Amino acid sequence: MTGQQLLVEGVTKRFGGVVANDNISLSVPEGSIVGLIGPNGSGKTTLFNSIVGYHPIDQGSIRFEGREISGLRVTEIARMGMLRTFQQTRVYAKMTCVENMQISVPRKGEGFGAMFSKSHPKIMEKAENLLAFVGLYAKRNLLAGDLSFGQQKLLEFAMALMNEPKLLLLDEPTAGINPTLINGLIERLKRSNADLGITLFIIEHNMPVIMDLAEHIYCLAHGQLLAEGPADEIRDDQRVIDAYLGAN
Amino acid sequence: MNSAERNATIYGAILIASLAAPWVLPAYQTQLAFLWIMVLFALTWDLVGGQMGYTSFGNIVFFGIGMYVTAVIQRNLHFDIKEYVHVAGAVDTLQPGEYLSGLFLGMGASAIVAVIIGAVLGLCILAMGMRGQYFGICTLGLGVAAGEIASGWDYIGAGSGMVAPVFPERLGERGAFFYYIFFILTVILFLTLKWLYAGRFGLAINAIRDDEDKAEAMGIRTTRYKMTAWCISALFLAVAGGAAGHLVGFIDPTEVAFAGATFGVWMILMAILGGKGTLWGPVVGAVIFYITQEVFWTYLFGWQRVAMGALIVGIVVFFPQGIMGWMRERWPERFGHRVEESTLSSSAEGGGP
Ligand SMILES: Nc1ncnc2c1ncn2[C@@H]1O[C@H](COP(=O)(O)OP(=O)(O)OP(=O)(O)O)[C@@H](O)[C@H]1O
Ligand SMILES: [Mg+2]
Repeated sequence: MTGQQLLVEGVTKRFGGVVANDNISLSVPEGSIVGLIGPNGSGKTTLFNSIVGYHPIDQGSIRFEGREISGLRVTEIARMGMLRTFQQTRVYAKMTCVENMQISVPRKGEGFGAMFSKSHPKIMEKAENLLAFVGLYAKRNLLAGDLSFGQQKLLEFAMALMNEPKLLLLDEPTAGINPTLINGLIERLKRSNADLGITLFIIEHNMPVIMDLAEHIYCLAHGQLLAEGPADEIRDDQRVIDAYLGAN
Repeated sequence: MNSAERNATIYGAILIASLAAPWVLPAYQTQLAFLWIMVLFALTWDLVGGQMGYTSFGNIVFFGIGMYVTAVIQRNLHFDIKEYVHVAGAVDTLQPGEYLSGLFLGMGASAIVAVIIGAVLGLCILAMGMRGQYFGICTLGLGVAAGEIASGWDYIGAGSGMVAPVFPERLGERGAFFYYIFFILTVILFLTLKWLYAGRFGLAINAIRDDEDKAEAMGIRTTRYKMTAWCISALFLAVAGGAAGHLVGFIDPTEVAFAGATFGVWMILMAILGGKGTLWGPVVGAVIFYITQEVFWTYLFGWQRVAMGALIVGIVVFFPQGIMGWMRERWPERFGHRVEESTLSSSAEGGGP
């Protein structure tokens, strides 16, 4: 383990004739915030899916904390401490916000008996604190499905924090969030990184947001790795600008 | 009256009414016993179909398995198999002790057999990741296959079924006896589910219902929860089936044991009518449905099946949420779903962005 929490090497994923990820290699150092950008359909979500074991990859290797995980299942990888949020936002719609939080506790090393246990008061306290952290405390007893899209996004983020991951993969965390709230969300993302020590790997279309957050950025286009580098270099990279200005 | 007192009053009233029912309505003891079976049907179905969101059409399989296992144990314990067919018809051939030991041993064995078969079927269907309609269709096949197998298997009487031994007169009234067995069984089931739904188990199967992909992405061991829910449902159905076979007296493979078109469908409808995914919904739904059904059978000569069909369509079209679901939508505050503008005292980081 060379300080690289996540190491992706030569990953290829095809859907029939479409090569959604073509020989992608990248790494995410422990404790960092890394960005992943690229035009629509460039393969960002597919790469996340490959990393978290949502679908098998055709080629390559994925290592988390030095361990090869490309053959493991989603649940196993999640329990190792690598979690993802969904681009379309997924919460448990018919459960209250508090219940959504309670069920998101870490699952590592859970025995058979844990299925029948009651929620510990500590869990409730933590759930409420995190709901307050994302500004949903007042809505804690509403059904998650009755929240607005943006609020569901915040809830999903809080649920991820509840799970105490080591590495969190966020798929467009600010999409659908009111612009006036985005700064608050950026602040919270930074705090979860700095205070809670969670490594963040973030897909984001909003350039100012990702430039503000990430130290290092990877850019995909047509399934291939187009460019990588520090945030300010990427912003001025002609290939990246071309890719975004409709070269595809 | 606070809510704890009100709950105690409700539970107390139900308990007293339930204990007294067979003596208040002595002519209807068998029907009342069946009322508890219906509640048990709806509750066990809702565990998997409502709370977990896995619409099953095959739960009846476990009911039939329990019936046969208990009948076989009763037979093998007390009769020479060759003579069985003749002896079973005779009056009061079993002593009360023999009858009871066979019955209760059979019910216990049914529980074990059902959990084993449930686990095997679960491994084939649930653990393979079968979801949604595919799961439903698989389970539909189970009920049909079980009926076919039972109809062709000589050891359990094949197509002509099995006869349970005559109820020993010295044990008192047969209807009342079985009424209390089903009452106790249903109360145990209800309390078990109440306890399960109040803890992590309930949250986890609700999460599976709402979004199984999300649950997996959050590290929940979904297969373990699904298998456990399925096996609990199987266990109670099989134990009930064991006693039900002795109540009915005659175990027909397709009309009684694996009666998919009646009991198998009813258990779904009762849960839907009362409100899927709620604790009380299946209870309320079963009571209303069963009473309606009995009234139809008594007063609508010849038309009862048509009326039943119309009722089923009506339930699905007008009550997709069920009674409890409708109440929850109508009065969400009563169920605690409201905005609470208090701030969190223990947190310094509360408030808006
Ligand atoms: N399950 C799938 N089956 C077939 N094709 C798929 C599948 N998932 C993704 N693709 C294809 O792979 C390509 C990359 O899709 P992906 O969702 O990874 O893009 P993205 O970079 O996340 O785009 P966006 O910014 O719009 O979210 C697209 O051409 C898409 O059609
Ligand atoms: Mg995407």
